[in-house]
Parts: sequence; C-alpha cells; structure tokens
Amino acid sequence: MEVSPSARQGAPRARRPGKRLAWIGQGLLLLIAVAAVVLLAHDFTQNPSLFIQIIISGLQLGFVYALIALGYTMVYGIVKLINFAHGDVFMVGSFVSFYAVTRFQLHVWPAAVFHNMPQMWVVFIGSTSVVLLSMVVCALMAVVIERAAYKPLRDAPRIAALITAIGVSFFLEFFGALSFVFSPRFIPYQRPFDVVTWYFNKGFYRVQPGQSLPDNSVTFSNIFLLIIGASILVQILLQFLVRHTKMGKAMRAASFDKPTARLMGINVDQVISFTFAVGAAFAGLGGVLYAIAYSSIWTQLGILPGLKAFVAAVLGGIGSIPGAFVGALIMGQAEALTMGYISTPMRDAVAFAILILVLLIRPTGIFGEPEKEKA
Amino acid sequence: MDINIAFLAVSILKIVGIIAWIYGVVRALGHPSHWVKLAGIVGGFGIVQIALSVPIGGSPALSDFDSGLLFQACAMAMVSLGLNLIYGFNGQFSLGQWGFYGIGAYTAADITYRWTNGDAKGLVVVGLGCTLGAAMIFGIQRFLGRYQGVPVLSGFTLYLLGSVAVGAVATIVGYWLNPILSPLLGSPDAPGVLTRGFPLQVVYLLAVLLAGAFAAEVSFLFGLPVLTLGSDYFGIATLGFTIVVNTLMINSDTILPFPEMKGGRGMIGIPKLTTWFWAFSFLIAILVVMRNIIHSSTGRAIMSVREDETASKVMGIEVANYKLLSFVIGSFFAGVGGGVYAHFIGFLSPGTFDFLVGFNPLIIVVFGGLGSMTGTLAASFTWIFFLEGLLRVLLGQMGTEAPTWRFVLYPIALLLLMLLRPKGLLGTVEWGFLKTPLVRMRQREPVKTDTPSAGEKISVDQPG
Repeated sequence: MEVSPSARQGAPRARRPGKRLAWIGQGLLLLIAVAAVVLLAHDFTQNPSLFIQIIISGLQLGFVYALIALGYTMVYGIVKLINFAHGDVFMVGSFVSFYAVTRFQLHVWPAAVFHNMPQMWVVFIGSTSVVLLSMVVCALMAVVIERAAYKPLRDAPRIAALITAIGVSFFLEFFGALSFVFSPRFIPYQRPFDVVTWYFNKGFYRVQPGQSLPDNSVTFSNIFLLIIGASILVQILLQFLVRHTKMGKAMRAASFDKPTARLMGINVDQVISFTFAVGAAFAGLGGVLYAIAYSSIWTQLGILPGLKAFVAAVLGGIGSIPGAFVGALIMGQAEALTMGYISTPMRDAVAFAILILVLLIRPTGIFGEPEKEKA
Repeated sequence: MDINIAFLAVSILKIVGIIAWIYGVVRALGHPSHWVKLAGIVGGFGIVQIALSVPIGGSPALSDFDSGLLFQACAMAMVSLGLNLIYGFNGQFSLGQWGFYGIGAYTAADITYRWTNGDAKGLVVVGLGCTLGAAMIFGIQRFLGRYQGVPVLSGFTLYLLGSVAVGAVATIVGYWLNPILSPLLGSPDAPGVLTRGFPLQVVYLLAVLLAGAFAAEVSFLFGLPVLTLGSDYFGIATLGFTIVVNTLMINSDTILPFPEMKGGRGMIGIPKLTTWFWAFSFLIAILVVMRNIIHSSTGRAIMSVREDETASKVMGIEVANYKLLSFVIGSFFAGVGGGVYAHFIGFLSPGTFDFLVGFNPLIIVVFGGLGSMTGTLAASFTWIFFLEGLLRVLLGQMGTEAPTWRFVLYPIALLLLMLLRPKGLLGTVEWGFLKTPLVRMRQREPVKTDTPSAGEKISVDQPG
C-alpha cells in the first residue's frame, strides 16, 4: 500500500503545531533572566555598599510610585480608563504644597497660634496640614475633572475617553506653565522640615553637618523613612476602606458589574467620583513626598512618574491594590539599578521594556485574575 | 494688534486657498480621463511652484516663511495619513507615529549627510540592511507558515536574531565597500561625481525611501509583540516607544555610535534637497498608495478589524496580520515624511521629536475625522497655518507666553470636539479621487441566469 506521489501532493500539508517552537521564546526570556541575575550578582560582589545604596534609592522611588499607582489601578478597575491626567494631579499636589510652605508659611502655623508649643509638634502638625491641604485640593480637582470631562463620555468608545484624558493632561501642564499660575521654570522646593541623614557602617550613626563619611557606609534620611511610613499607612488605610466599609463594598461591586450595581441601589456615579477623589488624594500625597525628596518641581514633573506608575499598576495586575504596590516597588528597583549600573537616560526605556515584557508573558500582571474574554 | 488680526485673516485666506487647491487636485485625480488626471497633477504642482518662485510685484505670493509652513504641512500630512491608516482605518490607538517620524528623519539625514561628506557607509549599510531585512522577514514568515499558532515571543525572537544578523552583515559589507566608493564622492569642498546634480537627487530619493523602509522594519519588529495587546495598553506602549526613541536621539553620540548626529545639540549640515517637486510627488504618491490600499480587499479587511475583531476572525481574516500590515505601512509613511522634513529644514533637534509634540498627528487625525483621508489632508494644512496665524495674534496680546497659551487652547478645543463631535469635523467624508470608486461597479453587467434567484422568489411570495 503506497500512496502515489500525486495524491501526496494533492492533499494540503498539515501545519505542525506552533507550540513546538515555544522553546525559542522561553530561551530568550531565560537568557534575559540569567544575564540580569549574573550582572546583579557581579555588581553586588564588586561593591556591596553601593549596591545597597542603590536599592535604598530604588525603594524611595518605588514607594512614591506606589502612591500614584494606587490611583491608576483603582480608576482603571472601575471605569476601564487610563487616567492620563493622574500624573498631572500628582504635579498639582506638589505645587500646592510648595505654595502652602513658601508663600503662606502653613508649615509653621501651630507656632504662630500656640506660642509655647514644642518645636517637634509644630513641625509635625504643620507638615501634616500641608499634606492634608494638598490631598484635599487634588481630590477636589479630580472630582471636577471627572464630572466635566469623563462623565459625559462614559458610554462613548474607550479611546474617546483616553483622548479626553490626554487633553486634560495637556491642559493642566500648560495652564500650569503660564506665569500667573505656576511658572514654566524649575522651582527649588523649600522643605517644611529639616533633613536628617543617618549612615550605617557597623551600627547606625547620625551624619553631622560637614562630616565626611567613612568608606563603605550606606546613608539614608528621614525623608526615606517618611515616604515608606506614609506609603505603608496609605496601603493599610486603603485595604481597610475597600474591604471593610460600605463605600468599599460599593466600589468593588461597581468595578465588577456596573449595571447590576446600579440595580442594587448603588449610586455608581457617586462611587466613581469617590474613587477618583481617593486616588487623587493619594497622588497629591505622593506629589508632596516626591517634591520633598527631590526638591525641584516644574509643571511637567508628573508625566513620566505617572506613566511609570501606570506601568507599575499593569505589572502588579491592574485593578489590584496590593499588585500596584508590589509592581511599584519592582519598578523603583528596576529604575534605580538601571540608573546606577547602565546609564541614567535609559531609565525610561527600562520601564517600557518591562511593560511590554509583562504584557507578553502575563497580561494580567502578578496579582491579576485571568480576564474573561468578552465575545 | 490690528496687524496681527490681519495676519490671522491672511492665514485663514491661505488655508481656504490650500483647501480649494486640495479639492481641485483630488477631483482631477478622480476624473476617468487620464489626460485630466495628468493635467490636475501638473496644474496642482505648477500653481504652487509659481506662487513660490515667480515674483509678483517684488516678492513671490508665498514668502519663505509660508513655503516653510507648506513643506512642514506636507510632512505632517504624510505622518498623519499614516496614523489615520493605523488608528482611523484599523482602530489601533498608536502614539508611536512621532517616533517613526523621528527615525525616518534621522536615517535620511544621516545617509545624505554622510554621502555629501565622502562617506558611503550610510547609504550602503541602510540600503543593504533594509533589502536583506525584507528578505529575512519573508523567509522567516515562510518558515513560520509551516506551523500553526506559533507563540508571539518565539516569532519575535527569530525576527530579532535575524535582524541582528542582517545588521551585522550590512555593516561589514558597508565598511568593506566604503573605500571603493569614497573616491567618487569627493569631499564637501571638492564634490565628486556622485555628490552633484542628478546622482545626488537619486541618492536623496533613495535616502527618503530607505528612511521609510527602515522605519517600517523597526515598526515590524516593535509591532509584532506589541500589537497583541489591547487598544489602550498598545497606546501606552507606543507612547513609551516615542519616549525611548527621543531619549536615544538625545544620546545619539554617547549611547549610540553616531557622533555626526551630535546628540542633544542637534544635527546640523544636512543638505537641503527637498524641493516642492519632491514634497508634492511624495505626498501624491502616498495619497495614491493609501487610497488604493483602502479601496482594495486588503483595505476592507483592515477596516473590518476596526469594526469587530471577533467577527472578522470568523470571516477568515487574520486579524494579527492585518494589524501588523497597517502598522508597518503607516510607519513607512511616517518615515518618508521624516525624510522630507529633514531635508527641507536642514537641522534636526531631538526637541522636535519630543513626545509632547507627538500628539499633534493624533490631534490632526481626530480633528480631520477618523477614517477620512480628505479630512486628514485638510486638517494637516489647516493645523500648521492656523496655529502660526494664531501664534502671531497671541504674540501681540500675550508676549513671550504665546506658545504656552496655544498649548492651553488646543486641549480645550480637543475636549470640546470629543464631547460634541467625537467622529471628527469631517467624519468620514471623502472628496473625488479618495471616494469609493463606485463608477466601475455601476457599469458592471448584471448577471443573467435562467433559474429565478432567491430574491425573485421572495418578491413573488410577497402579498399584494
């Protein structure tokens, strides 16, 4: 029984399963992973204290990104909109605190009212009120943006809303750059409290002014501790808000299924506005902390941190709050390590390379649930 | 102040003139007679050429400033037409068009800059690289065609390795051929045979086409993994691409090995070879190619992907391939536009290719109407001329803050447009040549059959 050549030619040749070629892509990933591990191990053994210093700066960056990423992930979870203007809300937060501190001296108001208050309490209450003011202003602004620009487009195609978001973002950046609003220049930021730096070298020591540090010591400042503390506090607060309050339950319901949530008597518009407000308040906090940490602000400050925080939210699984947190920490590390060991300009490239890799390997992110395909 | 208002009025007058000109050329191209088509092209070219060069009462009708705007608008029209193919017709929200424009501009500029400075490596390496690259892509496509459902990452890895190999081969050949060719090129002080007159024009044509081809191949490599993402993720990833390309331009003399691009200081000394003839020819060629793609079965497949991916898949359309195809063609147009722009302006700065400026083509496409070539054409010219006119008016009122005010006003316009007329000002209106060619379909003979067709049966069964 032999098949004639003509019959063999006539039948279309069956295509082989493409899964057999999967090893090529996996090999590339493995190669990247091995290269990264080897390079990092090499860098660590070369100069451990420098490595730890870079990790610390990455943590500082990552915790700020976490504050921004929370807003992205919450808003995307509910209205499926990449809120481009979120980064600019972050910028406005830093500018509000700048004006509060430099023009209106809000950070020392307790000393002006209560004359014999201890210095530490003055700094604490004053700085907290500066932060709260920024948060409130950002939250109000986000609600106004949401009502004016996004709400009318809720039933329009998603891209129409995204273009609107880009428009809002542009408006905030360039309206802010007018001289009677903020200013187009870089502005040195006056911190509401003094920076205290410690160094670690076989024990913790406080850095005295003018002191030269011993070799192989790792420094960190009270700003670093403040950022980590604030970020973790916000994370716990948000978990409580989402898990254990009525509003949190309404938010989860609205993100799951808006029409049904409406049928259950939930005021979905109110929930969406609330989500925008909470996300913007945290972005405002992030803006203040970012300005304190890097002490220079301008009106296009928010674009790149905003985009990177979005990448962080995608990396952690968009819609997931712990995911945004973890994703932001990874982004901070990746950026700091790139700046430290490859080159400073490539920090943005790494962020977007991570985005593309994540979306290729695991589009739902680290903590995301597999998405149901809507036919 | 009054002078500025007059300037705005003159700008608007020019816009009206240009739109009338576009209408005339497009109508003439749509005429069935070949003679009318030819007359339309020659006339459309000639009118502007006369306005540019023949002095009427001391100075030409279009000043140097206007001609600069005109060329810029032509380049912008090419970029925006490409974006309209990607976003308007295929529905992929791309913010990467400006990055491909920049790649095209720098590639074309580098080729001719090196050529006029006695270095043939630019042309040889890019030319050979693009040719071999295309062969490599078709070869790997044939190989992968034997398999069904290849993982995207594997395909991407193969193409990436292929590109690296092709790049290496092209570079080696370029270094090997350079000593043979460079005596013919001479030096900037004493131009050789190939750096004057007609051969230089041929090199310019090659440089612009290769800029498009290079941008297209980069977009193929980038689009292959990224186009599998959902629409808004794709937007962010392409925005990232533009940012990364801009970063590389700023560091082109440190991270990339191109000292002649001079990094953030900007590339100077690019020969100004773009004439109105070239700008017009490229624009018309792109328009014809794009119109023919849109009105072919490929174009209908591309548009069906925009309307409903699942339904097109069911109809047997390979959605991923058509997404990639429109992305690559759109990037090719952007690269050509970049080449035209670089050789008209003579100076490239990374600031021109900043991602904030990169929203301009998107805004033009949205204003003109998604899926309307006429709208994109009209909007590109209107955009450039109107913004300049507006800038003059604002300069009188606001002083140095006028550019910032411009950026404050146009997001507001964009917001209003999105809220009031989300389909764009012109919607999907097309003029003359760009309309669906209904003429031939109407002339087709009706099919005669002996047996009554289904339609007739139904009409019999219908009561009354």
